[in-house]
Amino acid sequence: MVKFLPLKKAVAENLNNGDSVAFEGFTHLIPTAAAHEAIRQGFRDLTLIRMTPDLIYDQMIGMGMAKKIIFSYVGNPGVGLLRRARDSIENGFPRSIEIEEHSHAGMANAYEAGAAGLPCAVFRGYRGAGLADVNPNIKSVTCPFTGEVLAAVPSIRPDVTFIHAQKADRKGNVLVEGIIGIQKEAVLAARRAVVTVEEVVDNFDDLHPNLTVLPRWTITAISVVPGGSHPSYAHGYYARDNAAYLEWDEIAADRGKFQAWMQANVIGKSAGDFAARVEHLRKAA
Amino acid sequence: MSGNALGFTPNEMMTIAASRALKNDDVCFVGIGAPSAACNVARLTHAPDITLIYESGTIGTAPQVLPLSIGDGELSETAVTTVAVPEMFRYWLQGGRISIGFLGAAQLDKFGNINTTVIGDYFHPKTRLPGGGGAPEIATSSKEIYITMAQSKRGMVEKIDFFTSFGHGEGGDHRKRLGIDTAGPTLLITDLAIWKPDPVTKEFTVVSLHPGVTRQQVQDTCGWVVKFAEALDETPAPSELELNTLRDLQARTKAAHEGTGKAKAA
Repeated sequence: MVKFLPLKKAVAENLNNGDSVAFEGFTHLIPTAAAHEAIRQGFRDLTLIRMTPDLIYDQMIGMGMAKKIIFSYVGNPGVGLLRRARDSIENGFPRSIEIEEHSHAGMANAYEAGAAGLPCAVFRGYRGAGLADVNPNIKSVTCPFTGEVLAAVPSIRPDVTFIHAQKADRKGNVLVEGIIGIQKEAVLAARRAVVTVEEVVDNFDDLHPNLTVLPRWTITAISVVPGGSHPSYAHGYYARDNAAYLEWDEIAADRGKFQAWMQANVIGKSAGDFAARVEHLRKAA
Repeated sequence: MSGNALGFTPNEMMTIAASRALKNDDVCFVGIGAPSAACNVARLTHAPDITLIYESGTIGTAPQVLPLSIGDGELSETAVTTVAVPEMFRYWLQGGRISIGFLGAAQLDKFGNINTTVIGDYFHPKTRLPGGGGAPEIATSSKEIYITMAQSKRGMVEKIDFFTSFGHGEGGDHRKRLGIDTAGPTLLITDLAIWKPDPVTKEFTVVSLHPGVTRQQVQDTCGWVVKFAEALDETPAPSELELNTLRDLQARTKAAHEGTGKAKAA
């Protein structure tokens, strides 16, 4: 049953060295606070799964926590490249990492198959694409009815998924709205799921019946971390800090600058510091 | 270049020429960057009912400012509906609902094959680029593909380092041979010219030069030997409405994206 826990405890109880872990969020609702807590606790040898590994995986890779990444777009959205990930892939610094690269369609289908309890996903994809030649996990199956050759990829079943969401009710049901990305599938595909939320409300009685709500029994732990998605955004709470994404490009370009930034802004901070970071991004209601 | 003397820049001409290719009833899967600007200029000028779709799941979006990422809040706030990412790729793209996939490119060859994955060898890259994201399936599931990019010898090459998304492969009927039944790249709009694939070989051929641009300029900024159509058109210069729409959009975008930075410093 879901537990409300301080973030430090929720991460310590649910993440282990060597785990396969997804910190999901498709530009919106990125679980930055949870990732920073994982960095502070210093986990090693993680397999990091995410469609769009952005700043938080750049940070985790730069801190040497990842042995492998599974992804479909390793960029800083709207800005350019991820320089710590590049340093690792191109130069093996601070360690070399194994990469398993897919397309968005491949990852999305694989998460959905994971949520559906299937061993693999089948879809029309990767035709003529170079990824099929370099990723041995991209295979094909022939439709038994039409003979059409379709792409097949293994389902994604993380040991643990972390997401950020707008709110939980007191029972621990969770609401996600706006750009909902792959979060529902990533939670349902995982063995354990940890959710950080902007706030807790008494109940969800006034919600539209078709909203994306994750029932409390699908979640392992909830931590209340206002601003926990910064510099990403939380629809209805605060806007995306585009300037921070632009700044990251410079910070991550230099190994020394990166380490100094991490010490000052992650290692020496706590989950409680996030609320102040979004104060200037909150919209007048 | 003669851009300033003409009252517009090559990049403005590129965006506006690209916007003109879009129709009011198109359902367009929008790549970030140059395609996004062109699609929104189309929506704000001659194609007010165009459906713009970004891969974050926003369908029928009408942003006031250009998004920095494919998942900016503005896209969801102004969309007809926002769906989950697996639904986006399964029902809407794979389901055959997209008329135009609009892509940018880091590296492009003469058959419209695109590389945004690596420069150099895949396993030992000289430069690791972000990769394909949605592009591999956008390239094969959209009914047609439009591509827009500024010309350079580094970008337009004889041989791309990696097939991120498949255009016409080696040319001819290569798509058909791979079981791909969509048209693939049918239009390339650069800062200097408009290109269309030869009906048989599928090699991109220049069909229209932008005002003031010479054949030599096109060749000097392209890594393969350029073919020109026999009847070469001149692209009509941007109208005042098109230029003002684009510049207003870019000014609003600049103000919005700088806004967060200023507030932070305050």
